[in-house]
Amino acid sequence: MTDLPTTTDKKLGLVIDLDTCVGCHACVISCKGWNTENYGAPLSDQRPYGEEPMGTFLNRVHSYEVKAEGQAAQTVHFPKSCLHCENAPCVTVCPTGASYKRKEDGIVLVNEQSCIGCGLCAWACPYGARELDQEEGVMKKCTLCVDRIYNENLPEEDRQPACVRTCPAGARHFGDFADPESNVSILTAERGGMDLMPELDTAPVNKYLPPRLKDSFDDESILAPFLDPVAEETQGFMGWLDKQLSRLPGDTKTQSEDV
Amino acid sequence: MTFKQPTIDTSPKVSDEIKKTTCYMCACRCGINVHMKDGKVAYIEGNRDHPVNQGVLCAKGSAGIMQVNAPSRLRAPLKRVGPRGSGEFEEISWDEALDMAVGLLQPLRENNPEKLAFFTGRDQSQSFTGFWAQNFGTPNFAAHGGFCSVNMAAGGIYTMGGAFWEFGQPDWDRAKLFMIFGVAEDHDSNPIKMGIGKIKGRGGKVIGVNPVRSGYNAVADEWVGITPGTDGLFILSMVHELMKAGKIDLDYLAQFTNAPVLIDPDTGLFLRDDDDKPLVMDQVTGKLTAFDKKGVRPNLAATYRNAGKTHRTVMALMAEKYLDPQYAPEAVAEACGVPAKKIKAIAAELARVAFEESFELDQSWTDFRGETHDKMVGRPVAMHAMRGISAHSNGFQTCRALHVLQILLGTVEVPGGFRFKPPYPKPVEEHPRPHGKVTCGSPLDGPHLGFTRGPEDLMLKEDGSPIRIDKAFTWDNPMSSHGLMHMVISNAHAGDPYKIDTLFMYMANMSWNSSMNTRGVIEMLTDKDEDGNYVIPNIIYSDAYSSEMVAYADLILPDTTYLERHDCISLLDRPICEADGAADAIRWPVIEPDREVRGFQTTLVHLANRLGMQGFVHEDGSPKWEDYADYIVNHERKPGIGPLAGFRGENGDKVGRGEVNPNQLEKYIENGGFFVEHIPEEAKYYKPWNMAYQNWAVGMGIYDAPAPYLFQLYSEPMRKFQRAAEGHGDRQPPENMRERVKRVMDPLPIWYEPFEDREIDLEEYPIHALTQRPMAMYHSWGTQNAWLRQLHGTNPLYLPTKLWEQHGFKEGDWAKVTSTHGTITVPVALQEALNDNTVWTWNAIGKRKGAWALDENAPEAKQGFLLNHLIHELLPGKDDGMRISNSDPITGQAAWFDLRVKIEKVDAPQNEQTSPDLPPIKSPVGKGPEKLKWKVGQ
Amino acid sequence: MHPAASVIIFTTLSGIGLGMLAWLGIDPTPPTGWAAFWNFLLAFALTVGGLISSTFHLGHPERALKAFTQWRTSWLSREGVCSVAALSVMGLYAAGLVFFAKPIAPLGYIGAGLSLLTVYTTSMIYAQLATIPRWNTPLTSVLYLSLAIAGGALLAGRTGAAMALLLVAAGAQLIWWMKGDTAFADRGSDLGTATGLGDRGEVRSLAHPHTSPNYLMREFVYVVARKHVQKLRIIAMLLMVALPLLILVALPANLFVIALAAASHLAGVATSRWLFFAEAEHTVGIYYGMR
Ligand SMILES: Nc1nc2c(c(=O)[nH]1)N[C@H]1C(S)=C(S)[C@@H](COP(=O)(O)OP(=O)(O)OC[C@H]3O[C@@H](n4cnc5c(=O)[nH]c(N)nc54)[C@H](O)[C@@H]3O)O[C@H]1N2
Ligand SMILES: Nc1nc2c(c(=O)[nH]1)N[C@H]1C(S)=C(S)[C@@H](COP(=O)(O)OP(=O)(O)OC[C@H]3O[C@@H](n4cnc5c(=O)[nH]c(N)nc54)[C@H](O)[C@@H]3O)O[C@H]1N2
Ligand code: SF4
Ligand code: SF4
Ligand code: SF4
Ligand code: SF4
Ligand code: SF4
Ligand SMILES: [Mo]
Repeated sequence: MTDLPTTTDKKLGLVIDLDTCVGCHACVISCKGWNTENYGAPLSDQRPYGEEPMGTFLNRVHSYEVKAEGQAAQTVHFPKSCLHCENAPCVTVCPTGASYKRKEDGIVLVNEQSCIGCGLCAWACPYGARELDQEEGVMKKCTLCVDRIYNENLPEEDRQPACVRTCPAGARHFGDFADPESNVSILTAERGGMDLMPELDTAPVNKYLPPRLKDSFDDESILAPFLDPVAEETQGFMGWLDKQLSRLPGDTKTQSEDV
Repeated sequence: MTFKQPTIDTSPKVSDEIKKTTCYMCACRCGINVHMKDGKVAYIEGNRDHPVNQGVLCAKGSAGIMQVNAPSRLRAPLKRVGPRGSGEFEEISWDEALDMAVGLLQPLRENNPEKLAFFTGRDQSQSFTGFWAQNFGTPNFAAHGGFCSVNMAAGGIYTMGGAFWEFGQPDWDRAKLFMIFGVAEDHDSNPIKMGIGKIKGRGGKVIGVNPVRSGYNAVADEWVGITPGTDGLFILSMVHELMKAGKIDLDYLAQFTNAPVLIDPDTGLFLRDDDDKPLVMDQVTGKLTAFDKKGVRPNLAATYRNAGKTHRTVMALMAEKYLDPQYAPEAVAEACGVPAKKIKAIAAELARVAFEESFELDQSWTDFRGETHDKMVGRPVAMHAMRGISAHSNGFQTCRALHVLQILLGTVEVPGGFRFKPPYPKPVEEHPRPHGKVTCGSPLDGPHLGFTRGPEDLMLKEDGSPIRIDKAFTWDNPMSSHGLMHMVISNAHAGDPYKIDTLFMYMANMSWNSSMNTRGVIEMLTDKDEDGNYVIPNIIYSDAYSSEMVAYADLILPDTTYLERHDCISLLDRPICEADGAADAIRWPVIEPDREVRGFQTTLVHLANRLGMQGFVHEDGSPKWEDYADYIVNHERKPGIGPLAGFRGENGDKVGRGEVNPNQLEKYIENGGFFVEHIPEEAKYYKPWNMAYQNWAVGMGIYDAPAPYLFQLYSEPMRKFQRAAEGHGDRQPPENMRERVKRVMDPLPIWYEPFEDREIDLEEYPIHALTQRPMAMYHSWGTQNAWLRQLHGTNPLYLPTKLWEQHGFKEGDWAKVTSTHGTITVPVALQEALNDNTVWTWNAIGKRKGAWALDENAPEAKQGFLLNHLIHELLPGKDDGMRISNSDPITGQAAWFDLRVKIEKVDAPQNEQTSPDLPPIKSPVGKGPEKLKWKVGQ
Repeated sequence: MHPAASVIIFTTLSGIGLGMLAWLGIDPTPPTGWAAFWNFLLAFALTVGGLISSTFHLGHPERALKAFTQWRTSWLSREGVCSVAALSVMGLYAAGLVFFAKPIAPLGYIGAGLSLLTVYTTSMIYAQLATIPRWNTPLTSVLYLSLAIAGGALLAGRTGAAMALLLVAAGAQLIWWMKGDTAFADRGSDLGTATGLGDRGEVRSLAHPHTSPNYLMREFVYVVARKHVQKLRIIAMLLMVALPLLILVALPANLFVIALAAASHLAGVATSRWLFFAEAEHTVGIYYGMR
């Protein structure tokens, strides 16, 4: 039923590290490629070579600037796909049962055979994680690569989402949040993983790791002692050099006339 | 009403077959697994075993499927039927096409080979195309390095026998501090991202030096929003601070660099012994000793008096130069747009990490002097830089300055530092000199490109005029190791130094984004003389797609896409090596072309065979090779050394050197399309001086004999050119160049302001204008890709807060941007994390209407734009009317980023159309479909 | 939100149609025979027409039956179920009146209840959406119901009640607008909470993920200029309430006059509905820096 399962055995999802995402869009296109060829209908493109091309994507990377008073602005690249919310409002609004959250792993999916393309689930999703495919008339969303992560035709190490496998910067991590020992749980705990729009009580499974604090060199330097001068000009420098060298093994003479 | 959770197939079949080859959505050359269904490409992912990308893939790589099915693919050879630039063509057969080409080329080869100018762009087969050009006999060959990043390559090779670019890499596993200058993406795109991820993953720090904070600079822990063109000053200021504080690696400098070499005060050249070896003063014996003598302890502080002259060490000259207060942080802060405090903090951090976080590897090694070291000392500071510092007219010296900084810290080729990838290290001495001696009907006297050691190597005729059409290796740019592709059309049009007959280009969009002064170039390509003939009489071009350049050629030799042909990513060229191993790779046809197209290298073989070019045919005129695959396997540069280093020998068990193996390509395919030979543990660091490495490299065929050398803090070749300008020797620069050569050819790195700044009114044009490469697009290629063009279909001009507010801009506004050369009208956007005096946009998004099989109203052609319209290939030329090329005066590197502009707010134009808005060209391939539902399975 | 014609037509027509059905259902002296036929035809036509129009925006209208299955959780499903129930019950009731001139009062009452319940479910489709704070209030149901009842009264010829109820609806509309204008800000979602970076400083959208538009931007990001909003709100009020009232007060109550008042009212409701969608800010807009 489009009732949400009260609990799921696993809570599979992604951790996205905003500290390392360079905004390369690799995850966007590998997702497009995998999901065009796999789960459900292909992700179509309208006017692909025309004026105003427009297609379906399950993952998109935004770019933001964050500016605090008196500091340089920071650029943050911000990938966003379905967060597989525990209180997924997109699921409960669905009139057909096409949208559902899997009991076994918490993945939120759309059963395309049942979807009438009413769009209501996209209205209910705060994050813009669902897109109605314009060719197929069905709702598309991140499947967490459900057809990869358990796929026995793939080698073990490849049983992870396409976007995670491809991310060059290693900014995407996949795992089970229900397991406190999992890579994703540990990262979340260590780095203060965040929910997006927590005020909406959607309880997203995916977490975002905040960027580390930056631009500390703009403050007064604690590094000054490393630059205590040994000399101000050439002569002094050469004198210092001479002294340094005489400490090296085997020194005798540093100047000579003719040979 | 109960709901049954649908059962879904979580183990669908992924593909029928995986074919492993090499990506070519950019020059990074990652390994790819091409998943095939029903003989069609279904999905592309990274190859985990591949040394370059280890499984990851960038956006472009994943979008390869949309490149291979792009409607813009050329379908057959084309003969121009309308006027040049119209885009009117007729499809012809390959026989006709080859006949036409041979008809043009045969008489040239016999009578005046220099009248063919053959220049190649983004290909990676320069060792082959160069071989072809050499056998043709024209001196006029180069690839695109001259407008790309020759400063970086040459600066590195002249200084340390290796360079950043993709020729080296940080020790990603051990570096703790990574400093990156002027990089948006680079050739090593995936490795850099993986490396940054690794360093950050273990809590290391990244410092980004870039006027723009995006991409790598967005994740940098410290951002230095430097003013363009001033990195040299910034770097030398850090050199100043480090030297002043004595935070330099004396041991390293004494052993591995020319810091202790003594300089003759009269000539400024090295003091040398009878064997021509540079001399140092031995600290133990106090005697002058050849630098490489066993047991020598080179004395950095030595002076040597002889015949009333005092010879001082390079180190002393450096102290004198860099301790000067002109390099104090306070003195450079304003010009650099970086507070003095911050410069000091960064210098201090470099010192702290290099010396306080130093560590040792328990690995002994033996140096070239025969001395065994029982440890490898790590200095975990790694640096990387690219076009941000190199694409300026002071770029060569800036690159040198950066390498000097690294070397002073002792962080090159040590654990945690910067490491070379084979075939580097390779000192200048191991590189060829340039060649340009023409003999009609015969090959050139040697390879075109090389490294000049002094005035004697310049490519000048008896009368002092340039041998080459691009004026490479002349006093304009004596060390132009990659040629100057950006000057070819302009020079050929002007007939300066001479007229040519046929321009033959490959894989370079010269009528659009790869030229400065795009509109001017278009005019040159279409200009006619009094007799109504084209000023550049014949143009042959090879492209795979319907690019802007296609319209300007007379004959098109259509190439395949990267999944349809053989390619060879060779150790003789720009291989895919890693610091830990030598590697090369191939591409092979994982699908067959469905059009009348041929791999361009194969076409070159066919042309060479028809022309009977010596290197390509046997004595009896019969061809040595049928096609490129045949060449890859069977060609030997020297006995036992061919394009591919792996699986040599009859049984395929020899590496580097070995007889031809007829099954070599099959072996590569079985192995995933590549081959790696790992470097032994003891040989992994200190490669320029490490005998274990040197011997291994000889075995691999990289050198013929060990070639250890010293890092050249002080560049003797530069001093030789400078000395000539001071009036020495029988080859001296012409009077109008003398001062410039004298000034810029300083053998120790200097900073001077970019040329454009000196020649224009900075009050009128105060703003710097830059481009950056979007990570998800490759120059102009990306646009034809249905997926990628949705990411970057338009490009605004980004303005910093200061300029934004000063001009009262609001979202959605437009601006008129003017340089001394031209004007564009474009949309603007605000970026706060941007140098106060800099504007920028993405490179090569703007497209010509009618190109790439796109709709004429495509956003790329309406709201997209090129900054190239504002950049001229010549400097304005204030005084003497003599206009010289807008390039680095040493290497000829195109100074793309010297551009200065002014900005004015204007009303949004009608239809929101950017200008200039050139008239459409006719598409020789029609237009793409209205929609895409791509799925090859069931 | 993109003000799609199909949903505007749907909510406008089915709202008034169901309101009219409700009035017909509770009418102690309902029309019979032909009079009943025309009355019910009009009410059914409006309701069914609206419902049919709502299927126009479906990607797969042929699967519409599936939409009845999830009534336990989905307001859209509930709306479907209720509307069918309301139409069936009222159909029976109407049949009694048209063919047998026999009012089966309990059916009428149940049908009326179901009709209003349907309006309520419709309103809840919108009111439930936390993503659209402007809608996410019980007042949305009040607004829908009051308009349906007022409009229904008008069509059902209950001019007295209609006049009073129009005033009530006007009040509901005014309060809804007032609350709505601050609802988004009151909810507190902004780029800071949307990205989790709010505690670092002011967050600003630097670039959209794609330079080309997408479904989300088309569907959720719609900007109406402030001055247009004011104008349209006045027009909506005039057409929806003021003009019908004026007509009813100034002219004798005959079919033509009622039709005129109803037409004006419908046009007003449609305008209000256009604004209902066009003005609604979805949280997705935040990510695009376009709220
Ligand atoms: N303003 C500005 N301009 C710049 C730069 C900048 O930073 N700013 N950068 C400069 C630099 S560094 C470079 S390298 C140049 C790059 O400029 P170009 O080398 O011109 O790069 P592309 O635009 O990619 O053009 C290469 C051509 O190769 C064609 N091609 C693609 N694949 C194949 C193939 O498989 N076979 C064949 N035969 N052809 C193929 C494409 O269709 C295209 O026409 O741009 C330069 N231009
Ligand atoms: N995705 C993708 N990858 C590519 C390419 C591509 O087109 N797309 N092109 C390939 C090619 S041909 C090349 S040459 C390489 C080039 O690789 P990059 O060198 O990364 O190329 P650019 O994008 O030109 O980046 C130049 C950077 O320098 C900065 N910059 C400009 N002036 C200065 C300055 O004075 N000081 C400093 N510190 N920074 C400055 C700019 O802001 C920009 O970030 O990339 C290669 N890789
Ligand atoms: S692939 Fe990784 S680094 Fe690139 S945009 Fe996606 S998350 Fe960021
Ligand atoms: S992110 Fe959106 S689509 Fe995904 S589960 Fe949450 S509400 Fe549903
Ligand atoms: S669009 Fe499909 S999945 Fe979404 S609510 Fe409607 S029927 Fe359910
Ligand atoms: S998990 Fe799969 S479907 Fe979801 S964003 Fe990543 S690649 Fe796309
Ligand atoms: S960086 Fe991207 S485009 Fe370039 S070779 Fe690698 S995967 Fe291909
Ligand atoms: Mo380049």
